[in-house]
This record gives sequence, C-alpha cells and structure tokens, in this order.
Amino acid sequence: MIGRRALLAVVVVVVLAAAGPFLPAYPLTLLTQALIVGILAMSLDVILGYTGLSSLGHAAYFGVGAYAVAIMATERQAGLIPCLVMGVLLAAGTAAVFGLLAIRATGTYFLMITLALGMVIWGLAFRWVSLTKGDNGIAGVPRPVLGPLDLSGPVPFYYFCLASAALAWVLMGLLVVSPFGLGLRGIRGSESRMRALGYNVWLHKYAAFVISGVFAGFGGTLWAYYNGFVSPNDVQLVTSVETLLMVALGGPGTLIGPAIGAGIIVFMKNFVSVYTKRWLLILGATYIGVILFAPSGIVGALRGRRR
Amino acid sequence: MSPEFWIAQSFNGISYGALLFLLASGLSLIFGVMRIVNLAHGSYFMLGGYVGLTVALRTRSFTMACLAAAVAIALVGIGMERLFLRRLRGEVLGQVLMTIGFALIFQDLALLIWGGDPYTVPIPKMLTGTARVGGAVFPIYRIFIVVVALLVGVALWLVLDRTRMGAMIRAAVDDAEMAQGVGIDVPRVSLVVFALGAALAALGGVIGGGFLGVYPGADFEVLPYAFVVVIVGGLGSLPGAVAGSLLVGLLDNFGKALFPELSYFTLFAPMALILALRPTGLFGRS
Repeated sequence: MIGRRALLAVVVVVVLAAAGPFLPAYPLTLLTQALIVGILAMSLDVILGYTGLSSLGHAAYFGVGAYAVAIMATERQAGLIPCLVMGVLLAAGTAAVFGLLAIRATGTYFLMITLALGMVIWGLAFRWVSLTKGDNGIAGVPRPVLGPLDLSGPVPFYYFCLASAALAWVLMGLLVVSPFGLGLRGIRGSESRMRALGYNVWLHKYAAFVISGVFAGFGGTLWAYYNGFVSPNDVQLVTSVETLLMVALGGPGTLIGPAIGAGIIVFMKNFVSVYTKRWLLILGATYIGVILFAPSGIVGALRGRRR
Repeated sequence: MSPEFWIAQSFNGISYGALLFLLASGLSLIFGVMRIVNLAHGSYFMLGGYVGLTVALRTRSFTMACLAAAVAIALVGIGMERLFLRRLRGEVLGQVLMTIGFALIFQDLALLIWGGDPYTVPIPKMLTGTARVGGAVFPIYRIFIVVVALLVGVALWLVLDRTRMGAMIRAAVDDAEMAQGVGIDVPRVSLVVFALGAALAALGGVIGGGFLGVYPGADFEVLPYAFVVVIVGGLGSLPGAVAGSLLVGLLDNFGKALFPELSYFTLFAPMALILALRPTGLFGRS
C-alpha cells in the first residue's frame, strides 16, 4: 500500500515538475500558490484528519512564519536560510505555547480555544503597528536568492515551492505512517482506549500540534516570498476556516486530499472571481455542499468506492 | 489619569458589555443546548442591523425596527436549524463549515442588497444627548443599551428559572440525551433556543447599529467577541454570559485606551489564561 502511494507521489511530483516550463505565467503562479497553501492544508490534516482535533486558528502559525520572513527580509535584508529558520522556529514556539493552553480541551472547547488563540495573533498583527505596520501590512518582500541560485523568477520559484511541498509531503507522510502517527490515529478513534493501553495521549496530541504548527509556519514563510506582501488578512479567522474547508473538501486523514482541496479552492477563487463578483456566495455554497454531499471529501470518496 | 477618565471608560466598557450580552447570551444558550458552534451568529447581528435600518427608514419607528429585525432573523435561524444544522448533531467540523458557509453567503447577500457603504440606524430623539451625573457625562443612548440588556437578562432569567420551557431548556443544557429520555422534546427546545438566540443577536444588531453603525464586515468583527464571552463565561450559562460580557466589554475598552498596540492581546490573552485555569469557563460545568 505504501509502495503504491509512494509511486503515485513520485508520479505527481514528476508531472508537476515537467509541466513547469510549459505553463503560461498565470496558471504557473496559481500552481505555486496552490503548492504553498497545500502545505498549510496538509499541516492542518495532521491534527484534524489524523488526530481528530479541529483547529480554528491554524492561520496563526502560517501568519507567524509569514510575518517573520516579511519583517526580517524587508528590515534586515536577511537571506533565505535565516528567514526560513526564524519563521519556522517562531511558528514552532507559538504552537508550543498555544498547545499548552489548547490541548487540555477537547471537541467544541478545543475549537473555541484555538479560535481565540488565533485571534491573539491576528490582534497583534492588526494592532502592533510598530512591528507589523498594522492594517497596511508589510509590502516589498523580495523573492529569495539561495547562494548562486536566483529564485526570483516565476519558474525557479515554482520549482523551489514544488521541492518544498514535496519535502513537506514526504516528511508528513512518513510521520503519519510511523508508530507515532499510528498512535495519533488511535487517539482519533478512542482517547480512553489509548490511555488504557499506556499511551501518553497528552504528549502525542501536543507533539502533533507543534509539528503541525511547524509545517504551517513553513508554508507561511513561502507565502511571504510568494506574495511579497503580508497583512492581517493572512492570519484572520476566515483564512483558518478556509484551510478547514480545503481539508474537508479533499478528504481529512489522507494528506494528499487536503493538498488537492487547497489546489481546487485556489483555482476556483481565482477563476470564479474573474467572471463574477459573487465569489463569496459561491464559496459559501461550496462549504455547505461539501458537508451535505461529500462529508469524507474527494479522496475519501474515491478510496471508499475502491474498497 | 483623572477619575473622569476611569468613570467614562468604565461606563463605555459596561455599555459595550451590555451590547455583547445581547449577542452572546443567545450564542451561549445555543451552544449549551445543541453543542453547535454557530459561526453565523455574527451574521445575525449584522443582518439584524440591516433589516432594522431598512425598517427604521421606512416606518420612522425604532421599536418597529427592533421587532421586525428580531422576527426576520429568528425566521432565518429557524430555517437554518431545521433544514441544515439538525442533521449535523455532534459533528463539530461539519457544523463549523456549514455555519461559516452561511456566514459567507449572508455577507455577500448583504453586500448585494445594501451595498458597501456604512450606515447608522436612526435613533429616536429622546435617546440622543447626554446625561450629567456629578462631573461625569454619560450618553443617553449608552444608558439605554444597559437598560435593554438588563431587561433582557432579567426576562431570560425568569424564563429559564420559572417557566416550563425554561426547565426544559436547562435540562437539555445539562444532558440532552437524558432530557430526551425523560420525554422532553429536545428538537423543539433546540428550535426555540435557536430562534431566540438569533432574535437577540438581531436586536443587538439594531441597537448596536445606532452607535456603531451597520457595515460590511461587522459580522466577523463581533463574532470573536461573542465567542470570548461564551468561552470565558462557560457554555450555556446565563450568569456566565453576564460576567463574560462585562469582563470582555471592560477589558476591550481599557485595553484600547491604555495599550492601543496590544488591545486585542489584552482581550484574548486573559481569556486564554482563564481557560488554562478553568477549561469550562468561569461558570461552566464539564
């Protein structure tokens, strides 16, 4: 099973890599965006799909990573590696603190605590003007240069994001099939049973929460470079909820599903808003439609049929 | 800082808390009875404000505006509960996505109908102006908000504590399954609570529209506040909603006045702290 999945993964990455030079500028940009948001969606899937914790504040870690890069790259002219390290570390630190507060809660309470914690980050982004420039956001983040490699062009940056997303996919994929990952699935199924079996449930959940925050932060660092601009919109509640939608649409607990969901939402958003101003209406209907007609998501439905 | 500053800011905080109470008491009851995370609750506030605005402009009656908004939004809430939310009992993720979907649709519909300009709901002459007590000056409209919240709070308490329906609601908050088991029509209780919560939020929208205005985005602006009130106070607890509203109103006001750069932080960080110490909120039961 894992062998077939791995083969599929290689095929997907190769196809995406081969398509790079042939794609027109606009689809290439969207694909780059989908890869970055895909990392965010996959990171949420680690705690949502595999551990059974619905977080409503996942944009916080994404935003911390993005802001770290934006501030360091514009004010200190820091290079790619320091920015990436700083962004990921800060996101990890944020998740480590928030996890201490949130992991105690379950179900609805977990959802509300993560929402409120996410709002803390949004509030700082919005109001801590001397650091974040508030509502105006931070503009002018330059595309990165890695040693002799200039990643600023659309195609090199696309490959950089593809490599990053593939790496994140592999790492998270290994995580969820590891004994630790199986423990997480056990917790999703029944916390009390896992506790009775001698698992440290709290530690499993906490570690999953922080790891998920790390990958979300990693996605955020790429986002700052991709967009060249970071604003409170990147950390607001709607962004967190949109990430939930991507996971639900693609199929929770499938890892690749949420990435596909991210791609669908990114493309829909950009294409639909060309033809109509009523994008929010369509997005809202998508939310409702997914819940009514595809509760296990696209990949979940496909796997269900195959069985 | 002068005593006037503290008195004025405290009063502003209390009156904002009163408005939050209108919004959050319904949300709290809905949580309590149905365990539903209703992310469209802020939309009821915004839509209520818009409906109230239209009715107030047509009829020149503030009372009519409040009534019409409450009834209209209660119907919206009933429709949502009956047709969509009922089938998602116990599915937290499904409820979140469903209600946010509605919130987005409402936002876009409001934009389509009322446009993007901010409006203020016209308020009766007798509610304008200020009252002077000692050296301090209080806007009459804010006093009115506090009075309305007090009346609503007392009415809710009487209903919950003294009526048959109230006893059924309390039973459903404590243990919906057991309540169902002893013959309480929990789906009907849910519907009543949902309609009531939506109506109160809409009332808050009209009244809030008199001094905060109605504008696109108001829905997602008030939603986190309502959530914090409910989280701090505890799910389904009326005293909790009162305490939470006052606390959040005061924290928000003093936070904005004293530490403008950290104002949301000063609101959400104490909440996180309370939760860390009491995961079920100040008045909640696990």
